[in-house]
Amino acid sequence: MKQLLTFVKKEFYHVFRDRRTLLIMFGLPLVQILLFGYALTTEVRNITIVISDNAKDINSQQLTNKIKSSAYFNVREAVTGSKDIEKILKKGEVKAVVIFPSQFGSDLQHSGKARVQVITDGSDPNTAKTIVNYLTAIIAGYQQQIAPASPLPYTIVPEIRMLYNEEGNGSLNFIPGVMALILMLVCTALTSVSVVKEKELGTMEVLLVSPFKPVMVLISKAVPYLVLSMVNFILIVLLAVFVLHVEVKGSLLLLFMESTLFIITCLSFGLMISNVTSSQQTALLLSMMGMMIPTIVFTGFLFPLENMPYIFQLISNIIPSRWYFLIIKAVMLKGLGFAYIWKETLILIVMTLALLGIALKNFKIRLA
Amino acid sequence: MEEKVITCRNLTKQFGNFYAVNNISFDVYRGEIFGFLGANGAGKTTAMRILCGLSFPSSGEASVAGFDVYRQQELIKQHIGYMSQKFSLYENLTVLENIEFFGGAYGISRKEINKRSEELVRKLGLQREAKKLVGELPLGWKQKLAFSVAIFHQPKIVFLDEPTGGVDPVTRRQFWDMIYEAAAAGITIFVTTHYMDEAEYCNRVTIMVDGKIEALDSPANLKKQFAANTVEDVFYKLARGAKRENSG
Repeated sequence: MKQLLTFVKKEFYHVFRDRRTLLIMFGLPLVQILLFGYALTTEVRNITIVISDNAKDINSQQLTNKIKSSAYFNVREAVTGSKDIEKILKKGEVKAVVIFPSQFGSDLQHSGKARVQVITDGSDPNTAKTIVNYLTAIIAGYQQQIAPASPLPYTIVPEIRMLYNEEGNGSLNFIPGVMALILMLVCTALTSVSVVKEKELGTMEVLLVSPFKPVMVLISKAVPYLVLSMVNFILIVLLAVFVLHVEVKGSLLLLFMESTLFIITCLSFGLMISNVTSSQQTALLLSMMGMMIPTIVFTGFLFPLENMPYIFQLISNIIPSRWYFLIIKAVMLKGLGFAYIWKETLILIVMTLALLGIALKNFKIRLA
Repeated sequence: MEEKVITCRNLTKQFGNFYAVNNISFDVYRGEIFGFLGANGAGKTTAMRILCGLSFPSSGEASVAGFDVYRQQELIKQHIGYMSQKFSLYENLTVLENIEFFGGAYGISRKEINKRSEELVRKLGLQREAKKLVGELPLGWKQKLAFSVAIFHQPKIVFLDEPTGGVDPVTRRQFWDMIYEAAAAGITIFVTTHYMDEAEYCNRVTIMVDGKIEALDSPANLKKQFAANTVEDVFYKLARGAKRENSG
């Protein structure tokens, strides 16, 4: 036990004296949270669009004002021909053009049917779709407003609620994903590198020749990263709550316990990697390829899993971060208790035990 | 009768059809400086790993410090020191922290570590550097410190795996002075080296070729036996017959 403490103390010296490790450990979460929270958002705001009003009647003016008053668009007005419209879009500053035909108002008044053309920049399909949705909603709203003037027999108005995220806060979905990503990166990469580093430097040999038990070598390597990752987790939650205004709906304790479990999963994976590699670069690369990319692709935090081919959905089942992502989403965003996530937790526990078992077994074999 | 600290009888290590160590037998006595020579791939490292409790032999018997290499690896580790060709201290720990860590790994009490490390630092003349990171020390000092750390827990035997690689001649000489001092204090030195002049410093020398021991005697007797002027000549005469390539 005393030997273990000696060892853990030494590991802490290593971590705190290595600026790069510290930077990865605490700089990465900060950067990623801010990036995902602010820069990589799918929300569309302050998009510049052009309205070409060829009608200039009361209806087109009213609709233009409605579009202008929305927070999503910066409206520039232009009365131009269709050739110029393409030019504007090609420049790229303007993402959409709304064109009122010259008889817009009179068509609406007389036949009760009018056309308005919306042209968007399809080279950015996500933004284009969002703009179309917003504009359609505004136009539909206007139609409603003037509905008494042109009585419609039936109207169906879909009332949309985004449950668990009423304000459409884009950070919400990212936070659990980013948490999985960061813990994965920090735990797996740093642990594997720290073990392999000793192999590279030759100190591992000395440790193995000492009466220190090989298993203890692995455990004491993992302990500092376990502690630091827990600190890291708290940091991420604080950032999420206070900077990105994400509310933690469920139990903080449960969240912490589940995260600790996931941290151990990642540490075990890191130890396993360190057994099969002998250079720091390989270890880092393997952790990145083996963990980061599957985490990004298969957790469903950037790309919906449901849209993937069946085979990929199957593969996603063996990615630990997928299950962690589900757990965190359930606890943090939906406020669910342990009863709802015990299955995912069990899967993670089994994965962790398997990984840890392999790591410890291989470490022994290497000695014989 | 001198006390035997290492005994080897028909020790063999086989990897598939390859005999890395082929039926070797020898004894090492207490306080002796025992040189272990051989080209790369001759089986030195494999033999040493077995004796250090890092690997099991395929057949044969061996005991180190009175403990069996099959069943008592943990006890062997408790009683030996080890220094590898690679620098084996932590560069980003200070001199004192390194001593404290390795002392702790061998289960020496805190009080004892403090006492001994103070003595050691004074002996090496490192008082001013004691709180500096080891990475900042010149290589010669690092090697001397590494050796001192390897024998810090007062082992019966210390295994040195090419300890003077890349060190300048003056430091090498000083390093050997330290080895003599340790041997005089009763620590047995088991050393592998590529430097043939160093082989002359040993009490007895073993030359391994292709996994077998081809010669084992004092440098003076070896020279007589093979009608050579230096141990280097003896080595070349024997190594010329080697069939294995330098395969590590």
